[in-house]
Amino acid sequence: MLWSYTKTASFYLLVAIIVLVSVFPFYYAILTSFKSGTALFEINYLPTYFSLDNYIAVLTTGVFVRNLGNSILVASSVVVLALFLAVTAAFALARVSFRGRGLLLMTILAVSMFPQIAVLAGLFELVRAFGLFNTPFALIFSYTIFTLPFTVWVLTTFMRDLPVEIEEAAIVDGASPWVIITKVFMPLMWPALVTTGLLAFIAAWNEFLFALTFTSSNETRTVPVAIALLSGASQYEIPWGRIMAASVIVTVPLVALVLIFQRKIVQGLTAGGVKG
Amino acid sequence: MASTQSTIRVVPTGHTKRAKSELMRQRLRAAGWFLVPMLMALAIVAGWPLLRTIYFSFTNASLTNLYGAEWVGFKNYLNWTVLKSGRVIWSGLLADPAWWNAVWNTVRFSVISVTLETILGTVVALVLNAEFKGRGLVRAAILIPWAIPTIVSARMWGWMLNDQFGIINDVLLMFGLIDHKIAWTASSDTAMIAVLIVDVWKTTPFMALLILAGLQMIPRDIYEAAALDGVHPVKTFWKVTLPLVRPALMVAVIFRLLDAMRIFDLIYVLTPNSSQTKTISVLARENLIDFDKFAYGSAQSTMLFLIIALMTILYIWLGKVRFDGGDR
Repeated sequence: MLWSYTKTASFYLLVAIIVLVSVFPFYYAILTSFKSGTALFEINYLPTYFSLDNYIAVLTTGVFVRNLGNSILVASSVVVLALFLAVTAAFALARVSFRGRGLLLMTILAVSMFPQIAVLAGLFELVRAFGLFNTPFALIFSYTIFTLPFTVWVLTTFMRDLPVEIEEAAIVDGASPWVIITKVFMPLMWPALVTTGLLAFIAAWNEFLFALTFTSSNETRTVPVAIALLSGASQYEIPWGRIMAASVIVTVPLVALVLIFQRKIVQGLTAGGVKG
Repeated sequence: MASTQSTIRVVPTGHTKRAKSELMRQRLRAAGWFLVPMLMALAIVAGWPLLRTIYFSFTNASLTNLYGAEWVGFKNYLNWTVLKSGRVIWSGLLADPAWWNAVWNTVRFSVISVTLETILGTVVALVLNAEFKGRGLVRAAILIPWAIPTIVSARMWGWMLNDQFGIINDVLLMFGLIDHKIAWTASSDTAMIAVLIVDVWKTTPFMALLILAGLQMIPRDIYEAAALDGVHPVKTFWKVTLPLVRPALMVAVIFRLLDAMRIFDLIYVLTPNSSQTKTISVLARENLIDFDKFAYGSAQSTMLFLIIALMTILYIWLGKVRFDGGDR
């Protein structure tokens, strides 16, 4: 009896530790973001101060709002582009059997494993040659390298699982592949599209290396680069309060989205891994 | 492969042969047209830049002089000059201590972080696989580190690990685990530990979710049978759970390993300028962009690509051998 009691207790202790470790850093960032002045350098475990100074400073001075706009523009464009290219490709890969299909799928997966640094030099040249340097288009263009293989791969696994009968019925009715995709599959694919779109959005929103390299002025940066380069009056004075406020601003929408679409996201993540 | 079940295979038989093969041709043609835009896009953003990077690594290109670059062969990789005195001086990245330091940092980081993440991920997955009140809440909680952008988590932890005002030092002092405040990110002894802490915190959820998906595919009655036979739960884990979850585990490990090998952003923000944590990606970008050694940086990027490609092939090959030998 005592043994089973301790067992349950230690299990819940483990659960509590997992939750605490996962949530605490973000909680602490929020806590810090509400502190201003010298309160910043006091260590508090519970909320004691509430000041919006940091948020006001981040949103009114500098170009952070502009950076937010850039991030939204880049991430949404990348998602639309990737989904558009991936849906038709996934149909071909999941629904039509042709020679070399397995090899093609492996190649696409391999591209998503590319170390970004390996294409940095070549992409840098391309971006400059196309005159895209220091514009959002450079990022929309280069982000395709990781969003496209991923969306193709996940949508292919989703499309494979759709029952073959509905497609057969459409073929009997004389529907062309294009009609089958737009009229038969698309309505069934909405949940999958939302999931992959969301995952691609998050990946593009968080990207750092390309954003750091292909943009050079404060106005064209995306938020991760802006947060990484946020600095104070002098080199030794890091504006922690403002950094935390900016961090909270870019993270809250993401966390909210992820928690709302929890189930779908877990499905999408594991579809890429386990089924493949 | 399960994929073949759901594709429509048009088998030409009897009098419908002509009509059906026409249908098949139409489908194949459509498939071709559907694949072309996607493949073109990948060729432009991945294939071509990769080839150019490899090409640049054999030239003396610099940021300001990309097109006037001359072919220099393997000079960026390894080169030697014989002095009059007969002494041989080696140059190129294979003779560069900074390169080998970066290789060592990358390998050390990848192996330690993936090992820790696998162990902790398995623990979290096992917890989430048990039925208890508030399971949904725990799953939501562990998604938070995954959802937070890497740069933000680097900054958040950078603040928590701050030497003077950091809460981590405060907690550790409170419990008496350390006797003086540690400059986690600045000190050369602890910089790698700081990077590992943040990376493990951030990516264990991903690992846990992949392993959990594998765990949930194991039928529950296997456990019931084991319990009925009076097998100790620990033994059940090693003899039943682990072998059955291994395919999912292998996939999760390779995904994470490849990701860890190319780490850039966390280190760039959390411990800039620390030679203890400088990985290949960080070093290569530094040479490419900051130091204007474009060709040399390209050579380092190419090497990282080769290392990762080799590892992937080796892993798939070894993994397959083991799978065939097993009872799968």
